[in-house]
Amino acid sequence: MTATDDPTVIPAGQSPAAALLDVRDLRVEFSTSAGPVTAVDGASFEVRPGETVALLGESGSGKSVTAQAILGIVPKPAGRVTGGSIEYAGRDLLAPGTAGSLRGREIAMVFQDPLSSLNPVFRVGAQIGEMFRKHRGASRKQARAEALDLMRRVGIPAAEKRLDDYPHQFSGGMRQRVMIAMALALSPKLLIADEPTTALDVTVQAQIMQLLARLQAEEGMSLVLITHDLGVVADVADRVVMMYAGRVVETGPIREVYDHSAHPYTAGLMGSVPVIDGPRQRLTPIQGSPPDLLHLPSGCSFRPRCQYAGTICAEQEPPLLPAPGRMPGHQSACHHADQVLSQGAPHV
Amino acid sequence: MSDTPLLSVRDLHTSFPLRSSVLRRTVGHIQAVAGVSFDVMPGGTLGLVGESGSGKSTVARTIVGLEQARSGSIVFDGEELTSLPKASMRRVRRQLQMIFQDPYASLNPRATVEQIITEAWEIHPDVVPRNRHHAEARELLERVGLNPDHARRYPHQFSGGQRQRIGIARALALRPKLVICDEAVSALDVSVQAQVLNLLADLRSDLGLAYLFIAHDLSVVRHISDQVAVMYLGRIVETAPQEELFTRPIHPYTQALLSAVPDPKPWTRPPREQIIIGGDVPSPADPPSGCRFRTRCWKAEDVCATTEPALEIRLDQHPAACHFAADLAGAGR
Repeated sequence: MTATDDPTVIPAGQSPAAALLDVRDLRVEFSTSAGPVTAVDGASFEVRPGETVALLGESGSGKSVTAQAILGIVPKPAGRVTGGSIEYAGRDLLAPGTAGSLRGREIAMVFQDPLSSLNPVFRVGAQIGEMFRKHRGASRKQARAEALDLMRRVGIPAAEKRLDDYPHQFSGGMRQRVMIAMALALSPKLLIADEPTTALDVTVQAQIMQLLARLQAEEGMSLVLITHDLGVVADVADRVVMMYAGRVVETGPIREVYDHSAHPYTAGLMGSVPVIDGPRQRLTPIQGSPPDLLHLPSGCSFRPRCQYAGTICAEQEPPLLPAPGRMPGHQSACHHADQVLSQGAPHV
Repeated sequence: MSDTPLLSVRDLHTSFPLRSSVLRRTVGHIQAVAGVSFDVMPGGTLGLVGESGSGKSTVARTIVGLEQARSGSIVFDGEELTSLPKASMRRVRRQLQMIFQDPYASLNPRATVEQIITEAWEIHPDVVPRNRHHAEARELLERVGLNPDHARRYPHQFSGGQRQRIGIARALALRPKLVICDEAVSALDVSVQAQVLNLLADLRSDLGLAYLFIAHDLSVVRHISDQVAVMYLGRIVETAPQEELFTRPIHPYTQALLSAVPDPKPWTRPPREQIIIGGDVPSPADPPSGCRFRTRCWKAEDVCATTEPALEIRLDQHPAACHFAADLAGAGR
């Protein structure tokens, strides 16, 4: 199904052409020693200009591989895109060379572990400045000035002194700021952040999330936040795309999806999160284990862990359809979405 | 619950030598734990919470004897552990078990689940007689929610959550009174983490276990603990019963920590004041003078650099190590 077939996918007043990034039926396969694995299995979603979208999921959901596919950095030769399309501003990102030419300029990425993404033997200022020298032909002096300006913008204290420090002289939070500075160097229109705060302490995590939200607003760029943490994105995301076993199982405006979950996996996650205030209640976890991509069940992948599962769930893979009676743009891939909705989300 | 603590830690100091790069001479010390005191009551759960470098894991490792205390006292079940001979320590350690963060790294990959569990009974043959090993191991597996028919499987054949259940079964094998959980659920997916938290709660009520629950995740600590202590750079900065600490935090660090916890549904609650503290945790090799939090504190004054605030009750509140605790009480959310 394309967005145009279904008027509820796009909120009123926006045409489908407004999407900056359009991922359709994406399929990414990996060959492993144990056999082929479909890491992303027909995922579709879009990101509009200036929008913050959270790509949510637990281990094995395919959220990071989806990001790799967008950037054209799926690890080869083990992995390859075997189906679907990714369009960025009307350009085919899967066409040879396209993703590479846009990466860094139009589409930038921030990773979970900044230390392994930074070159340990070059000074931080030079690494940031490299972006301007390589892509903009800036002089050494110009590049240094631009790097300094960026380091200030991402809130690195005493930036002029730290220009000549090496990555190992920075703390985890400061390194992540350096990574964000490099990502922003060429004013990208789309920033993809893959678990940007997972390795950081909670007080530093709050700093980085605040920084990303501020920069997103200042730059007007689109932001895709990939995370396993439902809470981290709640303050900043406009919409969520919930993934499970390589498929999008639910999507919609964040409040809508969190408050009126129409997929048992989302509802189950909400019931699994301990909260910081309100009454303490026994958690209502999802039963069973995360999916084993080598041995996925027929039909709905979530079926073995699902309390609503019936015969249809084993026979038919549920398509992503508008959540019955809910807001436009809220979609769920569950045969029993109406039941899930009427049960209401557990506590939280 | 009796009034005598099961575990009583007083003024504990643990430090690591800092060596020069070439001659390996000791040039200083990292004070990982710098004067920590707390009690764990029988059947109770103390949540020890802090960020990286706070020393919370070193506290745990010192209690079980994996690190040597430099000074201070650790009294467990009436016995002083810091001066206990090795042979007696083995006897005491039966009652004092630990669950680690990474269940895979802490399980022998070449041993079956049954071997992992029964190993402890080989060392302590009086707990379970040999002819009962198989039956008791199956019972334990069932107890922690694993299929007893999988007793002959190896750790790699289980998922992360199941491996953590194996770690729990192993910890329970010697029928301990206290289990130290060091980031025991941190590596698990949320959906599985909730299963393990529920299991730990059930075991506590069924077996009368006490926990020292060490974690960086405040929501998790709040969920499982009845008493909470907050650590920063080797010291406890505030301690209180769970509900009190989370509703009326006094110490600026606790307040900042609480305000930084991601809220999955911020729209369902009145907007809370967000305190975002700048900077990072200073190095424990060179902690700030006076109050260790002062370099990141928005309340800091001259006195904070010169005088270390004691962890004590000011103005009828719970203990907090802040000179301005009396003014700060109630200033939280």
